[in-house]
Amino acid sequence: MTFVELKAVSLTYRLGKETTLALADGTMAVDKGEFVAVVGPSGCGKSTIMKLVTGLLQATSGEVVVAGQRVTRPIKGVGMAFQNPTLMPWRRTIDNVLLPMEIVEPHKRRFRRHRAEYVARAMALLETVGLADFADKYPWQLSGGMQQRSNLCRALIHEPELLMLDEPFGALDAFTREELWGVMQALWLEKRFTGVLVTHDLREAVYLADTVHVMSRRPGRIVMVKQVDLPRPRTLASTFEPAFVDIVHELRDRIHHEHAA
Amino acid sequence: MSGHGRDAVRIAMPWLAMALFLLVWELVCVVFDLPEIVLPRPTRVFEVFFQRLDILIAFCWDTLWTTVLGFLIAIVGGVVLGVLIGASPLIYSGLYPLLIAFNAVPKVAIVPILMIWVGVGALPAVITAFVISFFPIVVNVATGLATIEPEMIDVLNSLGASRFEILRKVGLPRAMPYLFASLKVAITLAFIGSVISETVGGNRGIGFLMLSAGARNDAATTFAGLFAIAIMGVAMYAICALVESRMTRWAFRGQLVS
Repeated sequence: MTFVELKAVSLTYRLGKETTLALADGTMAVDKGEFVAVVGPSGCGKSTIMKLVTGLLQATSGEVVVAGQRVTRPIKGVGMAFQNPTLMPWRRTIDNVLLPMEIVEPHKRRFRRHRAEYVARAMALLETVGLADFADKYPWQLSGGMQQRSNLCRALIHEPELLMLDEPFGALDAFTREELWGVMQALWLEKRFTGVLVTHDLREAVYLADTVHVMSRRPGRIVMVKQVDLPRPRTLASTFEPAFVDIVHELRDRIHHEHAA
Repeated sequence: MSGHGRDAVRIAMPWLAMALFLLVWELVCVVFDLPEIVLPRPTRVFEVFFQRLDILIAFCWDTLWTTVLGFLIAIVGGVVLGVLIGASPLIYSGLYPLLIAFNAVPKVAIVPILMIWVGVGALPAVITAFVISFFPIVVNVATGLATIEPEMIDVLNSLGASRFEILRKVGLPRAMPYLFASLKVAITLAFIGSVISETVGGNRGIGFLMLSAGARNDAATTFAGLFAIAIMGVAMYAICALVESRMTRWAFRGQLVS
C-alpha cells in the first residue's frame, strides 16, 4: 500500500527576482512500512523532497500525497531528524525526548496527569539506544553521537507513521555513524514505521533502505530506483559482502554519470 | 601558584584596582594641592559620606525605589513588546523604526515635558527610569526570539505545534538568556534615568541632593552622592547578574561542565 506519493512534483525557490528550480520532476512512491533512501549529488534537492513530503514547503506544481491526503500544509505528527540535532539546551535529555508528547494529540491532553507513564516510555526508548544513564544530562553534556541518538528518540517517541531523516548521521565520525546505522535499523525492525532517509552516504543508504532512489543534479529528478533485497538485520560485516558492494557500486556509477554529464 | 591562590587573587583584583584608583586620586589631590571645591580627596569624600550617612540613605532610598519601580515596569513592558516584535515580522517592521527613533531622543529632553504633565516628585523619575531602560530589554528579547534555528521550528511544525506553542516551548526559553543579559544593562540605565530626572527638575532623591550640594559649593557632599549612586548601581547589577546565572544555567554551560 502506498503511503507517500510524489506525482511530478516541482519546486521553484524565489529569492528576490532570482528563481531557482530546485526540483524538476519528483515522482516516487513509498509503501507503508517501507524504508526508503534518497541519494544524489550535493545540492540536488534531496532536502527539498523532505520538506515537500512534510508540507513545510508547498510544491510549485504536481502533487504530494501522504496517507491518502493531499499535502497542502505542514502535516501533523511526523517524526523529523536533521543533521543538526536541534535539541533544546535548556531541557534535560529526557525532557527533550518527551517534547512531542507535549504537542501531539492525544498525548498532549494526557501528558500532565500520566507523566510517569510517558517518562517510562521515554526511558525505554532511551534504553534501546543505550542512553538510559544520560536521561538527566543536558544535551551539551552529551557527545555528538549521543545527541543524535536522543534526537532519534525524540523523532520516534510519539510513534509516528512517517519518519523523515535528513542526513542525520552526516556530522558524526565514521565509527559513530556506522554504530548508529545499527541503532536505526533495530528501531525500524521493532516499530516498522515508514522511513525516508536523505543522505549522500551510499553505504548508509544500502545498509538501511529497502529501496534507494537516486536523484540527478539540480534541478533534481529521480533517475534510478534500486531495490535492496539483502536479508535483515544487516550488519557491518554484510557491508563487505559482494552483494552489498555491488549495489553500492551500481549506485555510485549512476551518480558519477550525473556528475560527468 | 596554586589554583586556590589564583582564585583568591582573581577575587581580590577588582578591590585592588579600586584601591589603586583611589590612591592615585588622593595623591593627585595632595601633590597638585587641588582645592576641595575642584576635586575633593577620596578620604574627605568618605569622611563626609559617613558624617551624612543618614541623609544620604534617606535620599538614596527615594532614588532606589523610583529606579527599581521604573525598571520593573520596563521589564514587563519590554518583555511584552519584545515578544510581539520578535514573534511577528509585521509588528517588527511597523514598530522597530519607531522604537529606534524613540531611543534616539535624549532622555534629558523629555524630563521637562514630564514635569509639565505630572509635576515634580517621584513620578517623573519613575517614568524616566522606565523610558531609558525599556529599549535594551525590547531589543534583546526580540533578538532572542528572532534567532531561533529554523530546523527547530521545522521540528515543531512537523509535530503540528501552533505558533503559540512554538513561542512557549522554544521562543520564550531561548529568549531568557537574552532577557537577563539585557537586565544588567537596563538596571544601570534606569539609575541614569532617575538621577537625570532628579537633577533636571526634582525635589527629592540623590540627584537633587548632589545638585543642591553643588549649588552650595559643597563638592565633598556631591562626590559622596556620586559614590552612593555607584554603590547602588553595582549592587543592583550584582543582583541582576545573580538572577541571570540562576535562571539560565544552561546558557553558561562552559562554566558548569568544568
